[in-house]
Amino acid sequence: MKNKLSRFSIPYVIWMALFVVAPIIMVVIYAFSSADGRFTVENFLQMSSYAVVFARSFKLALIATLICLLIGYPISYFISKEGIRFQQVAMVLIMLPMWMNFLLRTYSWMSILENNGLLNQFFQQTGIINLYNSIAAHFAADPTAYEPIAFFQMIDTQGAVVLGMVYNYLPFMILPIYSVIGKMDHSLLEAARDLGANSANVFRRVILPLSLPGVLSGITMVFVPAVSTFAISTMLGGGTKLLLGDLIEQQFLGGSYNPHLGAAISLVMMIIVVVCMLIMNKFGEGEEQAVIL
Amino acid sequence: MSKELIRLADCGMRFDGETVLHDINLYINDSEFLTLLGPSGCGKTTTLKIIGGFLTPTHGDVLFDGVRINDVPPHQRQVNTVFQKYALFPHLDVYDNIAFGLRMARPKLSRKEIDTRVMDMLEVVSLKGFEHRGVTSLSGGQQQRVAIARALVNRPKVLLLDEPLAALDLRLRKDMQQELKRIQQQMGITFIYVTHDQEEALAMSDTVVVMDSGRIQQIGTPEDIYNEPKNAFVADFIGESNIVDGFMRSDFQVEVNGRRFDCLDKGFSVNEPVDVVIRPEDIDIVSPEQGKLVGTVTSVTFKGMMYDMIVDFRGFKWLIQTTDHSPVGSRIGIKIDPDGIHVMAKSEYSGMFGDYSSFSEEYDELDDASVVLEEEENGDEE
Repeated sequence: MKNKLSRFSIPYVIWMALFVVAPIIMVVIYAFSSADGRFTVENFLQMSSYAVVFARSFKLALIATLICLLIGYPISYFISKEGIRFQQVAMVLIMLPMWMNFLLRTYSWMSILENNGLLNQFFQQTGIINLYNSIAAHFAADPTAYEPIAFFQMIDTQGAVVLGMVYNYLPFMILPIYSVIGKMDHSLLEAARDLGANSANVFRRVILPLSLPGVLSGITMVFVPAVSTFAISTMLGGGTKLLLGDLIEQQFLGGSYNPHLGAAISLVMMIIVVVCMLIMNKFGEGEEQAVIL
Repeated sequence: MSKELIRLADCGMRFDGETVLHDINLYINDSEFLTLLGPSGCGKTTTLKIIGGFLTPTHGDVLFDGVRINDVPPHQRQVNTVFQKYALFPHLDVYDNIAFGLRMARPKLSRKEIDTRVMDMLEVVSLKGFEHRGVTSLSGGQQQRVAIARALVNRPKVLLLDEPLAALDLRLRKDMQQELKRIQQQMGITFIYVTHDQEEALAMSDTVVVMDSGRIQQIGTPEDIYNEPKNAFVADFIGESNIVDGFMRSDFQVEVNGRRFDCLDKGFSVNEPVDVVIRPEDIDIVSPEQGKLVGTVTSVTFKGMMYDMIVDFRGFKWLIQTTDHSPVGSRIGIKIDPDGIHVMAKSEYSGMFGDYSSFSEEYDELDDASVVLEEEENGDEE
């Protein structure tokens, strides 16, 4: 910490000053000023009306992160147990969608989930819709009054938004967990078995705690983009139930033009995320060190 | 000391069509310190893993107290292992590492019982006061002790040690050898120790099993193995040896370099070609007139306790260890007492070892047979 900066680090210092520090300062200045340039905290007071948007964003991002973890951990675990050839192919397949444009992927989901989209056509063709209708009519309080549905409502729901998040961010959960489990010293697992641990205990007492750093970085890499996403919610969520990303976008590009409010919302969101991450890192400190060493 | 505990009966192991272990037969007694000794790739670690339950032999039986345990998984065997690189759990401190096995025990042990046993074990390995240190902050020797304590705290009937001292420096290794021997005697349990270091094997073991290319070459006490090697491989692997061609002219009479020597060996047919082992320290230097054989000193290396001399006898170079200095180029005579000569029947290893024509300063660091083989092939002057 004490030693002087080497001159090779100067380009990076300039880069960070220009593209990291300066934008943050600008966001702070905007957030604490009004349209005529005077200092104000009005932007923050105004924000209370958007508390529901904050809550919704964090809730959906949290659900998406949890689902990513529940899907991603087992995938990483089982891939890392396979042969090297399988691992390579599996990793390419997992990353392949990321090489395609994000908007394109999300558009594809739209055409799958739409009311007359691929999935609903499939349900109609296979008679699943009819089956559902007859079961629902049977259990309805008044079977005669039951209105049969023609499709399942999937697009424009919060479920679709979560699905979009999970689909887009799942690789960011799998990769760090996989790399931690894959690098785990095999003799540790042999040692645990040698000391009397059955498979369940080997996992719970050795593999799981040692993979925590990967889990933590996976959670960070999924949660942060998920909480601030805007394209997914407008495209798959119908744009009626706003998320933080949409709200901020509206302040800069939309009808309710107010960059000062937008900056304030961004700042608050950033602070909440940073606090969340700090708490998480505190929680995983011991394990992280263990793997680095 | 005499009860048989483990028996490997015709145990063989194949990986991908390659035989790494040929029908091993071995029994291990209760409270014995047994060492599997051999170069890398000789099958010693495979043998250990079969006993530990990490590998199932392709054929043959593993018996524990007379019961077949081929299919018993590691966590159900009364055997614990000290791994080569310790394999301590980095997310647990010293105490929790040692307590790991006790917490897995069924029926469950009480907190107090676990605590007492962990603390006793810390005492045994002289690590009192380290219980809440992280294992990654310990020195190599301390980590080694934790690994031993972690295995022993479960009171196994057998402790398997896979080259446990390989990563330590020489001084520490010597100390830990003493320490291990003390612990083994104190606890009175069976140690099965794998190493490629012959000195370690001789210093610690009750029984040494010398292995090469998946076969047991010789089983015996350290003295047997050193004094009565069965073939050229064992003679060369255990200590330094001059292994020369000879003919058995009659019982107690062997001919080397055209001269007859008295020896203690018998039972060979008359004029049978044999391998003759002469340890470098068993050769006495005398004046050329008194010598049975006369040769020229070609190199002298001071080794502290003694000199290593390479002496040329009609083109065949011998290593002689002596406290008397003879300058390079001088002619010397040698005498060998009958008990300094050991005669072995010819084997597949004949002619591969024991020639100091390609002598180099590093000869005692060559503990890998394959390296030795290459040297022999390249430097052969015959």
